[in-house]
Amino acid sequence: MAISLPFRRKRDAHLPDGGIGAPARRLDPLPSAKFRAEREGDWRRLDDLLNRAERRSAAALSDEELLALPTLYRATVSALAVARETSLDRALIDYLEGLSTRAYFFLYGVRGRIGPRLRQFFRHDWPAAVLALWKETLGSLLLLVAGTLAGYLLVRADSGWFMALAGGMSEGRTPDSTTQQLRDVLYKGGTDGLEMLASFLFTHNAQMALMCFALGFLLAVPSTILILMNGLTLGAFLALYANHGIGGELVGWLCVHGTTELFAITLAGAAGIRIGWAVAFPGRLSRLDGMAAAGRQSGTVMAGVVVMLFVAALLEGFVRQLVTTDWLRFLIGGAMLVVWLAYFYGPAGRRR
Amino acid sequence: MPRETRRVRLLVTPEGVPLPLELADAGQRAGAFILDLLILFGSVIAVSIFLIYVAKSIPGQAINHVAALLWTIGLFLLRNFYFTWFEARPRGATPGKRALGLRVIARHGGRLTLDAVIARNALREVEAFLPIMLMISSLATHGYDTLIVVCGLGWTAIFLFMPLMNRDRLRAGDLLAGTWVIRVPKRPLLPELSADVEENAFTEAELDAYGVFELETLEQVIRQAHAPAVATVTYTICQRIGRQHWSDDGGPRDIAFLQAYYAGLRGRLEQKLLFGKRRADKHDRS
Repeated sequence: MAISLPFRRKRDAHLPDGGIGAPARRLDPLPSAKFRAEREGDWRRLDDLLNRAERRSAAALSDEELLALPTLYRATVSALAVARETSLDRALIDYLEGLSTRAYFFLYGVRGRIGPRLRQFFRHDWPAAVLALWKETLGSLLLLVAGTLAGYLLVRADSGWFMALAGGMSEGRTPDSTTQQLRDVLYKGGTDGLEMLASFLFTHNAQMALMCFALGFLLAVPSTILILMNGLTLGAFLALYANHGIGGELVGWLCVHGTTELFAITLAGAAGIRIGWAVAFPGRLSRLDGMAAAGRQSGTVMAGVVVMLFVAALLEGFVRQLVTTDWLRFLIGGAMLVVWLAYFYGPAGRRR
Repeated sequence: MPRETRRVRLLVTPEGVPLPLELADAGQRAGAFILDLLILFGSVIAVSIFLIYVAKSIPGQAINHVAALLWTIGLFLLRNFYFTWFEARPRGATPGKRALGLRVIARHGGRLTLDAVIARNALREVEAFLPIMLMISSLATHGYDTLIVVCGLGWTAIFLFMPLMNRDRLRAGDLLAGTWVIRVPKRPLLPELSADVEENAFTEAELDAYGVFELETLEQVIRQAHAPAVATVTYTICQRIGRQHWSDDGGPRDIAFLQAYYAGLRGRLEQKLLFGKRRADKHDRS
């Protein structure tokens, strides 16, 4: 008797009871309904696993469940292929399409757990992306140097330029400051509120760097202007201190964090230029694909730039304030520069 | 189910099965973004209140520093990594997108990598945050200035309406990262309609009255069980196949009749399907 078959559902409440008088004969299940009943358990299991995994992460599943996922996914996709050819139950096909799509993107859409992804980023992706951007980095560096030179020469020629170029960065330093005042800024040090200073510097610089990158989308014009402005400010300070004969000390003061920070800003500018270039001159790729390729490459660089700026802020907020010996400052700054250069242009990015 | 085919892209899985992906439309995207903005503002306010409360309730200068530190870093992280954090996770969606059943995928269904997510969200800086911050800061320092407001709004509008200007509904960030935003609504598995119906012998001639299109429409009518519609459909079918049926105006009796006819029709059409004949609708005479 058909009623005893396992795939019979309980009768729905809204259905009429089996006729008046003698119970009517039940229709034998359709082949497509049998097909569904045999596989429904798998689909529901997959649905349940996906729900749990999506709500938190893949870590919410046990090893056994993780291994079952691809099998269940394949079973569901092939069931969808069969159902399309044999079943006319629209709701079933819609359900299977939705479930397969969710499972597909869970399995193929993202790349595993966060730990290995981070390791891969530091071991290979970041240096490789920086290495690939070497031309843009060189261009960005040239802009920075050009800006610095211009700022230096302008302020050397007429110190009235200083306030225009230094803007809000002057911290009370003006062309009228005495040598002693200028010196104090470099060496007064202190240990009060350093973590505040560091966090402010980090957030401010990282925000500027991200903006520099994003503005690259507008054909890189705003990015190059930002880099030039940075250089001008730097040059203006150099000239101000050089006028008082303490340029070397300023370089030491800047050097501690500057090698890291300016490198990071140069890279952010390079990423912006890369994007702008891809928008303007896509080359052999279509403009859409060219932009996507440039965006991904420079996205990796930008993640790294934020890390670099974090390091720079620590150096600036703590080390610079605590270390007031010139040669030690040069040593730290120089060592950082060597470390970054070796990391980016050494073997790390060339592996594989 | 009628689909708007202009926004559907086909993805062929490695198993060789095509899956239709429905791109999210501009309204859904905007809705998700507004939800996310509200969540962002809400959490900034909540964190601020909490930190002020903590700083006030614990005496001493040090706690003020810690609170200010947390606030600065927290604000930065929220502003820059709220979207990135959620979209890089397996679900590929921020809470706002999740609420609207959307997710971010790599264009053409490849892997969605972290760098793409970073790139697509870094551009929000230029699209939305920069002009907003500019307007707020200029308002705070110089008072109301029409020129700045107009420039800010104009700037935002260029990026805001960008998704409306291309077929794939891409905003600048999507262009740059090579991503799509699609709809993946969670559909429940609806009960099998052909199960457990009475044997109600229809002749082959009666079952040959309709095709697949009518079958799917009938399926919807039964599932929705809207009494006037059920009554009308019952009447129409009885007319067409020339059957006497005592209707109870869309009540259980009519639904039972429709279910029986649905099961019969589906069985017949599926049988034909196995022999390679797909009858599209009632006008199809094959």
